[in-house]
Amino acid sequence: MKFFQRHKNTFRNGIHPPEEKEETSHLPIHQFPFAPTIILPLQQHIGSPSKVIVHKGQEVVRGQLIAEADGYMSVPLHAPVCGIIRSIAKVPSITGKMVPGICIDSFPSSSQEVVNGTAVSLEAATPGDILKGIQDAGIVGLGGAAFPTHVKLKVPEGKKCKVLILNGIECEPYLTTDHRVMLEQSDDIITGIKYLMKATGAGRTIIGIEANKKDAAAHLEERVKDDENITVQVVPVKYPQGSEKMLITALLGQEVPSGGLPIDVHALVVNIATTAEIGRLLPLGRGIQERVITITGPGVKKKGNYLVPIGTPLRFILDEVGAGETTGEVFLGGPMMGVSVSNLDISITKGTSGIVVFNKTLEHRNRKIYPCIKCGACVEACPLFLNPSKLGLLAKFEAYDEMADQYHLMDCFECGSCSYVCPSHIPLVQYFRFSKSIVRERQSMKTTA
Amino acid sequence: MLPRTLHISTSPHIAKDISTDTIMFHVVLALLPVCAFAIYAFGLSALMVILASIVGCVLTEHMLCRLSRQESTVNDWSAVITGILLGLTLPPGFPAWMAFFGGVLGIALGKFIFGGLGYNVFNPALVGRAILQAAFPVAITTWSSSFLPERFLVFSSSTFALPFMEPNIDGISGATPLAAWKFDKMLTDTSDLAFGLISGSTGETSALVIILGGIYLVWRGMMNWRTPLAVLGSAFLFSSVLYMIDPANYAPPMFMMCSGGLMLGAVFMATDMVASPITPLGVWIYGAIIGLLTIIIRVWGGLPEGVMYAILIANAISPHIDHVIQPRVYGTTKLKQSA
Repeated sequence: MKFFQRHKNTFRNGIHPPEEKEETSHLPIHQFPFAPTIILPLQQHIGSPSKVIVHKGQEVVRGQLIAEADGYMSVPLHAPVCGIIRSIAKVPSITGKMVPGICIDSFPSSSQEVVNGTAVSLEAATPGDILKGIQDAGIVGLGGAAFPTHVKLKVPEGKKCKVLILNGIECEPYLTTDHRVMLEQSDDIITGIKYLMKATGAGRTIIGIEANKKDAAAHLEERVKDDENITVQVVPVKYPQGSEKMLITALLGQEVPSGGLPIDVHALVVNIATTAEIGRLLPLGRGIQERVITITGPGVKKKGNYLVPIGTPLRFILDEVGAGETTGEVFLGGPMMGVSVSNLDISITKGTSGIVVFNKTLEHRNRKIYPCIKCGACVEACPLFLNPSKLGLLAKFEAYDEMADQYHLMDCFECGSCSYVCPSHIPLVQYFRFSKSIVRERQSMKTTA
Repeated sequence: MLPRTLHISTSPHIAKDISTDTIMFHVVLALLPVCAFAIYAFGLSALMVILASIVGCVLTEHMLCRLSRQESTVNDWSAVITGILLGLTLPPGFPAWMAFFGGVLGIALGKFIFGGLGYNVFNPALVGRAILQAAFPVAITTWSSSFLPERFLVFSSSTFALPFMEPNIDGISGATPLAAWKFDKMLTDTSDLAFGLISGSTGETSALVIILGGIYLVWRGMMNWRTPLAVLGSAFLFSSVLYMIDPANYAPPMFMMCSGGLMLGAVFMATDMVASPITPLGVWIYGAIIGLLTIIIRVWGGLPEGVMYAILIANAISPHIDHVIQPRVYGTTKLKQSA
């Protein structure tokens, strides 16, 4: 069976949704205006929320530390604007809950100079210093997961990182931020790679780029051609190749063990924009205060790739890009894994890679759900070789334990490929999300009991 | 500012433009050339048989949905497929009322009692045919010749036979190639089989038209290409082995491939998604079983044709294949064996 299934240079299964990138992929990154008010939730990352170290009424300058990391599994927050702390209170979040946060009124006439901190020198720093520097800069995975980068890069005792993989795949439709970052920030990327290779001890680096970004691949290839330890590898376009596991399989031909991490196959995967951020911030000792976001979709007049201050309210952004009157659907991230927005008073956070606006409700929302006809489309789409059809039926029977124990439910990372291809329009991913939360609940009850 | 309505939903926010009813509709489209050829070869009688079984299927599906107070599911086209397939497996001069009756029972006992579309264990068309085979053994083995000169002008005398009356056995019946080979050891020319210049069931006579329909569905991504390949491949392999052992006693593989209902069965019946396994490996196994059983029944069974029972048996095995054969999950080493 191997003969049929192994495609070189990519992973098996997956889907080909329309890319929808051509409208923004050629647009250079533009600085986005500063909003009058910036809203910063304290937890913009996976882990414990940052601890506030400023008080109401205090003046802050752009780049100043305003909340520090609360332990190892946490990162600090820096002021994205020069301004005054208006309040330290509950702020709306993408989950729909009110969460602790900081509101800053920005000074309208400020030149928005950024303060520098203690630089982390590439030559002098130890791997530990670099990881500390990454944490101090407040850097998290900018691809969307917002997992603290210094934690991810920490090679556990007894393990070895041989290959560093830079993720320039950007397989989500509509999004073009990584594409632009690769074209415009190659200096930062190369500096970032040097920091990362030193921090992880990796001997070589592979930059993985999908074939729809050949210009970016050619540009980076030109930049690294003298360094034999850094290679650029172009892979065929397929969703969800930007997932860590899929990318490792595509580039290294290996599978990450079920329940394991990339380090189990001696690899670490870092998003390309995260790498650029490391290369830009660490030499200056700065913290992250802005990020590149693709703002696009049929509901947006001024589509583009923008450098947006973190904490910019969504309503302000939509008004600026001519999507202010939109009635329809707005989501943060790409259309495959992004999260619907229910409240325009939320702000963008470190993990927001895109804002996609549809000016009407998507037609397929109203499609009829048919019974599963066992066509197997989901089985041939699932990149983890799960059986979504079977899992879907079990979810209906509420057989959550069987789903987890026998059908690897917990391996599912909700890429959405099964729901995308299902001709019967069964909301499989929704079933799995629900089932996973129940399994997690039962597991935590077991451990506390 | 105007109040805005935002639609919120979980990801994925986009979906492929495909639907179960579109798939079913395209299967109907792929079957139309087969029907057209059947009518061209056998005339008005063939048309009557196909129509009668479609009406039987669709009417039954609609009535049963209504009786059980559900929304009618006839517009998903699946009952039409069952009707066409059933019609195509019956002899062209088959009494219309019997074809109608087969459609009624195929849908009622083959599909509806299991829960309708998506839940049927067996291919409903074959359930209908199996019942007809048991109930009307004479009528279902009475074949009229193809390309009769008056086929577009007159119906076969048995077409309008009255219910529960013994139909007139048609004077001009011709033996099917499989029966000729099985009982008289007479071989029909393979090219006649491919082009359908033979007598046989309404829609089983031209292998080429059937293959064309199959290619269309595979091209549209609406059919699992592995199923027909596995069925035909295994039938070809097995009959080749037999032919090599004793060419005098066993038919050549190409004859086996193109005769009887094997082609129609492999392309349009075995591929019933609901009644076949879901994993690629499972489908290979399932298809291989059908090919093997078909040849076994043809060679050693009491009947000249074995495709129908081969597929029905494989349908019954299919859930068990699915139970044992699960995809090897990414990052694990062996096939998942569910207990």
